[in-house]
Amino acid sequence: MAFTKDQLLARLQELKIEFLSCDHPAVMTVEEQAKYVGHLGGALSKNLFLKDKKHRLYIISALANTKVDLKILSQRLGLGKGGLRMAPEEALPEILHVALGSVTPFALINESARSVSLLLDKGFKSQRYCLFHPLTNEVTIALTPSDFDKFLLSIGREPAYVDLEDCPVVGKDNPPDLAYLVPAEALNLPGGADKVPPTSAPAQTNATLEQKTKQPTQKPKEPSKEQKQKSGKDKPQINADAVADSTNVEKFVEKVLEKVSNVFISELSKQSNAEDGNIKDHMLEGVKQRVSFDLLSMTMTLKNSVYTQGFHAGIESTLYPLANRKIVERK
Amino acid sequence: MASTTGETLAAAEPIADGRTEEGEEEQVVNPWEVSAKGGKIDYDKLVDKFGCQRLDESLIQRFERITGRRAHVFLRRGLFFAHRDLSDILDAYERGEKFYLYTGRGPSSESLHLGHLVPFMFTKYLQDVFKVPLVIQLTDDEKCMWKGLSVEESERLARENAKDIIACGFDIERTFIFADFSYMSPPIYKNIVRIANCVTGNKIVGIFGLTLEDYGGKFFFPYIQAAPSFPSSFPHIFSGKYSKLRCLIPCAIDQDPYFRMTRDVAPRLSYHKPALIESKFFPALQGESGKMSASDPNSAIYVTDSLKDIKNKVNRYAFSGGQDTIEKQRKFGANLEVDVPVKYLNFFLDDDAELLSIKEKYGSGAMLTGEVKARLIEVLSEIVERHQRARAAVTEEMVDAFMAVRPLPRMFG
Repeated sequence: MAFTKDQLLARLQELKIEFLSCDHPAVMTVEEQAKYVGHLGGALSKNLFLKDKKHRLYIISALANTKVDLKILSQRLGLGKGGLRMAPEEALPEILHVALGSVTPFALINESARSVSLLLDKGFKSQRYCLFHPLTNEVTIALTPSDFDKFLLSIGREPAYVDLEDCPVVGKDNPPDLAYLVPAEALNLPGGADKVPPTSAPAQTNATLEQKTKQPTQKPKEPSKEQKQKSGKDKPQINADAVADSTNVEKFVEKVLEKVSNVFISELSKQSNAEDGNIKDHMLEGVKQRVSFDLLSMTMTLKNSVYTQGFHAGIESTLYPLANRKIVERK
Repeated sequence: MASTTGETLAAAEPIADGRTEEGEEEQVVNPWEVSAKGGKIDYDKLVDKFGCQRLDESLIQRFERITGRRAHVFLRRGLFFAHRDLSDILDAYERGEKFYLYTGRGPSSESLHLGHLVPFMFTKYLQDVFKVPLVIQLTDDEKCMWKGLSVEESERLARENAKDIIACGFDIERTFIFADFSYMSPPIYKNIVRIANCVTGNKIVGIFGLTLEDYGGKFFFPYIQAAPSFPSSFPHIFSGKYSKLRCLIPCAIDQDPYFRMTRDVAPRLSYHKPALIESKFFPALQGESGKMSASDPNSAIYVTDSLKDIKNKVNRYAFSGGQDTIEKQRKFGANLEVDVPVKYLNFFLDDDAELLSIKEKYGSGAMLTGEVKARLIEVLSEIVERHQRARAAVTEEMVDAFMAVRPLPRMFG
């Protein structure tokens, strides 16, 4: 479900974001764009859509005259020296749902782009207006930096402003300062595999499991930034997902079974030799299958019981002030 | 007669009890009676007569694609076999448009058997894979009208049944259970009257076979069963952007008449027609002669049965398609068409490979009736045990919470 320019602009209006819009023939470079919109008096942006060796994606949005050195940025992100490349062409329509020449931070409004990390030039903050393509390179819109931030927050992104020209030396004593901006999820770039429906009852794949577990990363330079695995995601968004995850019975059972299996496997390995690997896996699958129905049922019972207690506590705490009300004690 | 909205109410309005024009009794399928000449229900004829559609392989695959997991065993083995507008629901869901589930139970007895649980087990699966809210109607008023129960007894049974329903594992975060007597309130009553204003007595007689000798409440009740198909009956759950939410109703096929009527009315009230996903009848232990009956304890496995009861019932009463003697069985194999244990395993044994192996061996004579029954007893015992454990944990407070008129803020997960 790709967003169109009109849908994006409608969303901006819903958010009460004021913007200036300028139509022009399709432009492929900043110089061309400047010819048509230079008069708006705002800061033109150049937008790079990049990928790293592990197929994680990034958009770097910089002021037109900021020097962007991919080698240095790659090191600052903790990706090594040559870690950043241009993203494959197919990823543009597939992930960002925009055409060549139209890369823009606004593309992150698409659900398909949720794992794309966004790096913003800190120079934007001091501009009067920032100029971006609203999903098509036949239009440019200008909006204030604070309104731009507002948009990003509305799609669950915390704006990450970076001094793109800074070139700190990355080494043993100086960990990569932008490592926190590396996405947790690698995306299946165009032509990626479909999810094959698994054979057992708890059907979540391991991918969803990984999203929940926090992997330790190096401490970012700014101590105020919490160690976030999902780059650029806003705090409220994480909390909503966390609640959904923590009340999800199937995910819970999946995690329990995973934990038990891992321990079981390792204990078994201590006893027998590695060649029994297949048998062990087979046995484990069998155990998981037989146990999961019961575990799911028990966990749902727990969830419902706990909700019930909370519910009644809530009811009674509001009734309590009514001194004449008799709280009926049930067996 | 096709209705004004184009909905085919089958070639002719099916006369309530399934008699043909010549007065010949073929099979009778309506909410109060299910029987067939010769014992076996012809589902193809039924689907034709009712005008619903068969749930085919491509729809099942669509289910798997959309939900990302294997389809429920009831779908795979054809227990849920018919539908109305299910593709529309799936289309809309793929576009990001949600829906809610609506199912119900007429609480006529305290004892529930596995056949009663079937729609609930399936509904739970739907709730889990689509992550959508569910409303469950307990028609205590209906049982009061049809079974002559007192209001108080109907209410009591409704609450007791609610506990077994809850034990099926519904998620309290997105489930609202209500009983007609206690939920009757302005929003739903207004919808009931709106629906009543669209359906004449003649039509009710035509669909449900009532006569002027029947008490008036029976004419009115169909409107009450129809109302939960419209989201505005539950403003505390569906308001704002959900006020026109689509509805999917999992039910046994004998409930189809109620919802044919509802679908006819829906467009006139500017609602989506509720979609249906319908099941066959679960065979009784003694064989394919109709529904399991709550009045015959040996016709079904009850949720209160002990492991000993289950063993006894299956061994003594489950109709076997096996041969009379072991020698004959080894030679000729069993008649899988009529064998009840195999039918039960068809629906309750999740492992496709194992089921196939049992069918092959039993059909060829390599396996004996006793062995098949033993496996069935295992499978059923597990299910019943799990249910009893869950049931024991359902408290009065939990029933109150499920039945409380409260918003469900996380109903879409």
